[in-house]
Amino acid sequence: MSGVSTATAEELAEATAPDRFWNRQRRLGAALVIIGLIAAVIFGALAESATARFTISEDAEGAALSINGQLGAILFGVVTIAAGGALLAGVAKRWQTVLLSLGIVTFVFSFLCWQVAGKFLPLVDTASGSLELALPLILGALAGVLCERSGVVNVAIEGQFLMGAFGAALVGTLATSVWAGLISAVVGGVIIASLLAVLAIRFLVDQVVVGIVLNLLALGITGFLYERLMQPDALKYNSPPRLPEWRIPGLADIPVVGPVLFETNLLVWLALALVLVIHFGLTRTRWGLRTRAVGEHPTAADTVGIRVRGLRYTNVLLGGVVAGAGGAYFTLVSTGAFNKNMTAGAGFIALAALIFGRWTPFGALGAALFFGFAQKLANYLSAVGSPVPNQFLNMLPYLATIIAVAGLVGRVRAPAADGVPYVKS
Amino acid sequence: MTTEAPEKQPAKKEEQEESFVKLFLHNLWSANTVVVTILSIFLALLIGAVLIVISDSEVLATFSYFTSRPSDALTASWDLISQAYADLFKGAIFDPAAVQAWFDGSGDWKTALNPLSETLTYAAPLVFTGLSVAIAFRGGLFNIGGQGQAVIGCVTAGVAGFAIGLPAGLHLVVALAAGLIGGALWGFLPGLLKARTGAHEVITTIMLNYTATLFLGWLILQNGVQDPDRTDAVSKTIESTAGLPALPQPLRVHLGIVLAVLVTAGVAWLVNRSSFGFELRAVGVNPPAARTAGMSVGRTYIKLMVVAGALAGLGGAVQVLGTADRLTGQVAGNIGFDGLLVALLGRNKPWGTLFAAILYGGLRAGGNLMQVDVGVSLELVTVLQALIVIFIAAPALVKAIFQLRDARTARLGTSMAKGW
Amino acid sequence: MRGITKRFGDLVANDHIDITVEPGEVHALLGENGAGKSTLMNQLYGLLQPDEGEILVDGEKKVFRSPRDAIAAGIGMVHQHFMLVPVFTVAENIALGAEEVRGGPLGWLDRRRSRRDVLETSKRYGLPVDPDALVENLPVGAQQRVEIVKALTRDVDLLILDEPTAVLTPQETDELLAVMRSLAETGKSIVFITHKLREVKAIADRITVIRRGRTVGTTSPDTSTDELAALMVGRDVSLEVTKTPADPGREVLEVSGLIVEDDRGVRVVDGVDLAVRSGEVLGIAGVQGNGQTELVEAIMGLRESRAGSVVLEGQNLAGRTTKQVLRAGVGYVPEDRSLDGVVKDFTVAENLVLDLYDRAPFGNRFSLNPKAIDESARERVDQFDIRTSSPHSTVGTLSGGNQQKVVVAREMSRPLKLLIASQPTRGVDVGSIEFIHNQIIHERDVGTAVLVVSSELDEVVGLADRIAVMYRGRILAVVSPDMPREEIGLLMAGVVTQEAEDTE
Repeated sequence: MSGVSTATAEELAEATAPDRFWNRQRRLGAALVIIGLIAAVIFGALAESATARFTISEDAEGAALSINGQLGAILFGVVTIAAGGALLAGVAKRWQTVLLSLGIVTFVFSFLCWQVAGKFLPLVDTASGSLELALPLILGALAGVLCERSGVVNVAIEGQFLMGAFGAALVGTLATSVWAGLISAVVGGVIIASLLAVLAIRFLVDQVVVGIVLNLLALGITGFLYERLMQPDALKYNSPPRLPEWRIPGLADIPVVGPVLFETNLLVWLALALVLVIHFGLTRTRWGLRTRAVGEHPTAADTVGIRVRGLRYTNVLLGGVVAGAGGAYFTLVSTGAFNKNMTAGAGFIALAALIFGRWTPFGALGAALFFGFAQKLANYLSAVGSPVPNQFLNMLPYLATIIAVAGLVGRVRAPAADGVPYVKS
Repeated sequence: MTTEAPEKQPAKKEEQEESFVKLFLHNLWSANTVVVTILSIFLALLIGAVLIVISDSEVLATFSYFTSRPSDALTASWDLISQAYADLFKGAIFDPAAVQAWFDGSGDWKTALNPLSETLTYAAPLVFTGLSVAIAFRGGLFNIGGQGQAVIGCVTAGVAGFAIGLPAGLHLVVALAAGLIGGALWGFLPGLLKARTGAHEVITTIMLNYTATLFLGWLILQNGVQDPDRTDAVSKTIESTAGLPALPQPLRVHLGIVLAVLVTAGVAWLVNRSSFGFELRAVGVNPPAARTAGMSVGRTYIKLMVVAGALAGLGGAVQVLGTADRLTGQVAGNIGFDGLLVALLGRNKPWGTLFAAILYGGLRAGGNLMQVDVGVSLELVTVLQALIVIFIAAPALVKAIFQLRDARTARLGTSMAKGW
Repeated sequence: MRGITKRFGDLVANDHIDITVEPGEVHALLGENGAGKSTLMNQLYGLLQPDEGEILVDGEKKVFRSPRDAIAAGIGMVHQHFMLVPVFTVAENIALGAEEVRGGPLGWLDRRRSRRDVLETSKRYGLPVDPDALVENLPVGAQQRVEIVKALTRDVDLLILDEPTAVLTPQETDELLAVMRSLAETGKSIVFITHKLREVKAIADRITVIRRGRTVGTTSPDTSTDELAALMVGRDVSLEVTKTPADPGREVLEVSGLIVEDDRGVRVVDGVDLAVRSGEVLGIAGVQGNGQTELVEAIMGLRESRAGSVVLEGQNLAGRTTKQVLRAGVGYVPEDRSLDGVVKDFTVAENLVLDLYDRAPFGNRFSLNPKAIDESARERVDQFDIRTSSPHSTVGTLSGGNQQKVVVAREMSRPLKLLIASQPTRGVDVGSIEFIHNQIIHERDVGTAVLVVSSELDEVVGLADRIAVMYRGRILAVVSPDMPREEIGLLMAGVVTQEAEDTE
């Protein structure tokens, strides 16, 4: 029933597993020590011995956290080494996650100290920029969670984004209403999702194939209509209103957190609320229990009277709603107009966030924020003319996901029946 | 997909004579592979026609008074669609006017053959990327990384094409080999990860695609690679010694298509007649049985991904050495993803893939003329390509639409990797 | 159930079957593997829909479109392959599909109540389960209790048990039979699917025998075992394999101190020592899941061993690849034919060279020799009586027995020092069983050492010259096949008697 080829490959991994000493914890420890050394020695050596300022207020001169760049790079690198060393020495299992996070965070700090030495990094702008870049990734990954926890692989997130973005721009412009745009974005996402659902669940087409082809279809249709309608007459078809930014008085005045979380657009709140809703929905409700059962062992679910295909349809369509809303980000929040292939692979980064976040809502949120931060940092570095090429920072989400699925940093496990169509015997 | 056993043919004597015609129709209307393929293309063109009409404001305007004068709307629609699809044909195969002119002596053979030349030019790299996906499928691996492997193939072949100086001929071989090796390396990585850690190749290859594109974006801005006379992201031009020989201008078709046919034959032999082919087919459909019979599943996966990567890399090399002549951010275009469609359309068989690539090349070449002539965007071709594969992949859908009888349709994706 | 007919393509799985189950009775459904018992019950449970015939519950005609309808009609089923979600807790598995919820449309799970319900049912019927344990961590016996509790919490009147004893030790089986008896006493009906005559005689009130999709009779448990067996297989079968006494020679395979772990890192083969001599059949008896699978896989190089040695005629096989083990002269009939034995999409001819394709005359390192492969295939098809329209038909189109003959033909068509056959006749029709048994004995008689692993005690007793009983990863004793079955049964349950120790 379950993915045969994957299972064998995993057995193979078992068979060639290295001996006991290099267990996961020690491997992680060793990896941390190595990157810590890189941080302390290389970042430290390259860093200018000048103050690195991380500004808290909105202007460059205001309150800031400051540290000597070189000192900071070395110091944080040493902490990374220490965290790795602790893992190598073999500490209790419950400390593993804490130490690993500490190691990675200090490594990032070390890198920042090197890059920011002699300059300043506006924290508020970085945080809100990261969140904004993460926004479609969060929604896309949540759409993936909905589909894949019920056993339907969704690689069509990119296509759902595109259709969502296109629908928002077209209808938003025609109706001169941002809300009509948002609703059409959802409709756009649902169109692709329903094709995915019918082809995968009803016609049993390989789900990865469907996903890839639907991405191309969405790319083609939106590109075609863009060139035929929007390009010749942008004013009539492609100038949607933008989502307004709302400010919650009081809360918005909290330093750093306030402007980031409480002076922003509706979509951000929606995304964060959905993380909670889907998390509790999956773990605490009947729908969630059944969804997980259908994704793990559909035959078992069927034998207790659960409509396997029906539930999968529901979830894939719900996923379309969420991903479509994510598509609205590109036209209603980010640029204010549709452009051909404007998502440029964001759907696949969302997929990466889904996998890196281990198919859980909070994991997806964390991964999306991390990837958003990496993108924001890449933009910042290229703006300040850093010698570190921004392309390499942009590779980070992809490389991190490869490392995660290869089991080098903890093992990620997909729902057992993910991608396996349910056919009654 | 359920494949019901074909119905037994009536064998009674008295029915035999009159049933010959019947039998012919019967077979024609049964949903075999060829029929499904043709109907899929037809359905795709039909939906494309709808798109053409609804996106044309002038024709749409005639629909506003459809109830009072329907003929206007219908005529306008028909004119637009027939002209667009006629262009598709003229741009891909031949333009009767140009052929006429050739025979009259008023035109030359180059103009007459130009559409075919264009078709084959676009088809050449697709054959390689298509074969890359197809052979991986046969071994149970879903190589979505054709794009990344092709990009790396472009990079290595391109760099070998302008960074070293060698005599003509040898230089070409070296540049092609560089593309092949680059692609193979980019395929080796997911193969190794799959074999050693079980990391699903779909995930790793998707991620490596974007990594490769970003790498290309970085590389062409570096000193020694970037064209010193330009400020934008364009590399130096490859030496003429490394270029694939082509027919005289303006014809663009080059040796790549010949190479593609040869490689198709090679892949066909590899899959069906070689020991490695036996291994990969066994591993593709039943890895545990292959393992029990003493084959090394992991090693087969690694070898297979190296071969698949090499093919895609060669596709990238052909793209650079045959048509592009230099590296740009978009040098590989979409050949990797298109290769995926081509393999699916060719049902993962080597020769099928070759024909599918030529069909897709033709759509692309015809699409160019369609865009120039009637202003129907080239993107329509992408839509058509995707739709064809959707219908091919869901033969049950096509059967349902046309009420076809069930018959053996070549099953698609028996060897596809299931799930993550 | 009246006149139930179910077809799968050309195959008629159930042919006008009538069966009536009275309240409070234990009704045994007896038949060979593949006779159509599970198909019949899957229709009663709504998993399959009959092509013809009708189902009546309490005299009322019912149509079950899905298990949901069957559950509503008071029918529960414990499947042969457990229908439990491994990553869920016991309580979650039991609640699934019939969740206790609060908060109306939100469907907020009431986990406390589910837990309480589980404990209550478990106590009432004397079926101990831990509601908070993860199912994947439970042994099979406990998983089966979970399945039964799951059915019972749904207020069933009729409980179907599909081959429930296949994975149980004789002692666990006895406990299960007692539970079934007490359930029947509370007025519930039980349908007990099995092919084991002894259990039927011990528990059933009535017995319906099914053969090749048809009912061949309904009898009482007073019917003699021989008679039941004859009904079941359709002719008087000799359960015994005809063979001459063995003439054992030198030791061919010597396993010592072998320790193997399963995928989860649990030690499932725990210091096994055994020796197989040329010209003898060593049978390994034991309930499934006591380490036999992993033992064989370790010998074959399919699984890494943690310690110990495997020596084949002086050559150490430990650490070798499967290919090297096969090349050393070991033939292997794997236990799961369709997964490990054949490639269903390959032709018969291709399957016959699955482990020889790169050796002369069939090919070399680079290419195949289709002509040699074809010729040899034709010979094997004749020699091993493989019923196929052509050597170029795919193996998937063959019956289970003929598929198994393909595997046997492949493994026996080269000179062997050792033959390992795991569950050689599972899911195979009677005619093929005889043929395969004879082939195994023939291989023994030409001087090959043979290791047969089977969870069917009858098969082991019939084939083996010596029997090693395996329990929880250890060989408890090596006994003679003449030993009383009850004694061997006790050994399989881990009870070492004085007599058994003496024989060793």
